[in-house]
Amino acid sequence: METTRTVTSIAPASRALEVIGGDLTERSLRRYLEGIPGVDAVGLEARAAALGTRSIKTTSKAWALDKIIELTDLTTLEGSDTPGKVRSLVAKAMVPDPDDMTCPRVAAVCVYGDMVPHAVEALGSAHDDGASGRINVAAVATAFPSGRSSRSVKLSDTSDAVAAGADEIDMVIDRGAFLAGRYGQVFDEIVAVKEACRRADGSFAHLKVILETGELVTYDNVRRASWLAILAGGDFIKTSTGKVAPAATLPVTLSMLEVVRDWHRLTGEKIGVKPAGGIRASKDAIKYLVTVAETVGEGWLTPHLFRFGASSLLNDVLLQRQKLSSGHYSGAAYVTID
Amino acid sequence: MSRLAVPKTYKLYIGGKFVRSESGRVYEVSSRKGGFMANAAKASRKDARDAVVAARAAVSGWSGTTGYNRGQVLYRIAEILDGRRAQFVEEIAASEGVSASAAAAQVDEAIDLWVWYAGWADKYVQVAGNANAVSGPYFNISVPEPTGVVAVVAPQGSASLLGFVRAVAPVLVSGNAVVVIASEQAPLAALSLGEVLATSDVPAGVINVLSGSPAEIAPWLASHADVNALDLLGAGDLDWVDLQIAAAETLKRVLPPESGPDAGAASIDRITFFTETKTVWHTKGLL
Repeated sequence: METTRTVTSIAPASRALEVIGGDLTERSLRRYLEGIPGVDAVGLEARAAALGTRSIKTTSKAWALDKIIELTDLTTLEGSDTPGKVRSLVAKAMVPDPDDMTCPRVAAVCVYGDMVPHAVEALGSAHDDGASGRINVAAVATAFPSGRSSRSVKLSDTSDAVAAGADEIDMVIDRGAFLAGRYGQVFDEIVAVKEACRRADGSFAHLKVILETGELVTYDNVRRASWLAILAGGDFIKTSTGKVAPAATLPVTLSMLEVVRDWHRLTGEKIGVKPAGGIRASKDAIKYLVTVAETVGEGWLTPHLFRFGASSLLNDVLLQRQKLSSGHYSGAAYVTID
Repeated sequence: MSRLAVPKTYKLYIGGKFVRSESGRVYEVSSRKGGFMANAAKASRKDARDAVVAARAAVSGWSGTTGYNRGQVLYRIAEILDGRRAQFVEEIAASEGVSASAAAAQVDEAIDLWVWYAGWADKYVQVAGNANAVSGPYFNISVPEPTGVVAVVAPQGSASLLGFVRAVAPVLVSGNAVVVIASEQAPLAALSLGEVLATSDVPAGVINVLSGSPAEIAPWLASHADVNALDLLGAGDLDWVDLQIAAAETLKRVLPPESGPDAGAASIDRITFFTETKTVWHTKGLL
């Protein structure tokens, strides 16, 4: 018989309480996550490959290219980042193609936490949370990209970024704990970071939970981690940091979209998905749009529910836009060097 | 017992790989007498686009090598070409309807021309560059640098190998990467040369060979913003004025078509035309 001493209570999160039940424990969480059916890996990859064969042409392509820009988190996450680099990133986010004023703005700029003030300052009146045409500031936090630091460091990393004006926090999960089966620890941490996203006025910065699927090894783990992140209160689930190969792949993103679809059916709540890292060509990005539309519906193709984490993708999309508008192929000399 | 013939399908040579046309099209290459010789891929505008991407990626590496090294690599092409003389002689004799000795003479001339251009790689800067006269205590030096990606329409008439070499070899000397549309009627010499290139030391993407219709592909290359120069040597039968107009849109250097047996004959001008002059200023040490 189970004794109460072995039952360790974990931080409450309203979603988990509703779905798993009142006595939220490490044990009940584990039972729930391990009860999720496995992924048919061959079927998943075949489905993703089939979705990647759609031919998107002319007006649909023009729509898709603009949509990709609207859904992009323009990112710079280098140790060599400077305030100047962030300012030029912001300038590009606001006016991606100076020769074509019909070009939409990106959804957000994504920077390290200490660069948030510079991004906010550079955006000025273009900085806003939610309004269309305005640009959010996303900050990576919780000892990105490895996530190897103490809980208190991760939480202050998060609250610092929020206090500096970040609208979105991209946190990394503790992959070591997840792979060791300590789901409760991962869960607790997401709940705590979510709490750290609370602003002075009581509202929350959006929380994106990076699963780093390249380190989770199997599709079963990706599916389990997706459920875990959503149960713990994530607003978005994000594939990768971009620092580990493989980063975002189409099958992994498809499996995460399936979790989001199932969660929507279960609760009516919409969770966002962000593939990040390794998406460099417009052609690849269009495959993701098709996959989203076919899995969760076109309604998901808004900046609130789907994002691309990318840096070099934007230039390729701009080249394709120039090709469509001018009728001849463009070249790298006609976009900025980032 | 008679052997079954093995009809060959030549592919495009893009980025150091032999690829089918993205369009999936092929066309039949006939000998001068009308007999079937081989199938060749019929390149589309997207193959041209891919070739430009491959060429652009190759420019920095190829132009970054020393002239001495480029000369060695180009000489190596001539060496391998010489080792495969028999194949070229046979293909040229069949596709152009000339005698074996005339074909052999053409191959020899093509090989000699490679060697001649290879020799220029570490010398043309000395001829085309200059220490400019100034009236002050400083140096003013002009040096030619490769222009970048050059699109070439190879000669479409007789002498398919020699014409190809005359068009392509000088462009490579200074460190440009080239996308070349081979002769439509007689592409085999160019495509076989691609097989020579694949086994030589030329970095992938430095030379990209497209077979197919120049009338279809050339306009896309002429208007392509990532192409820096256009050699219309073999474009005499195309609407080449339109190609020049399209090229002017992005300020490309353009060489007009030439005809006759001396079209594209060996000349250092064909090397220096595809270069940009960089002029630098430097102080003299006042000790």
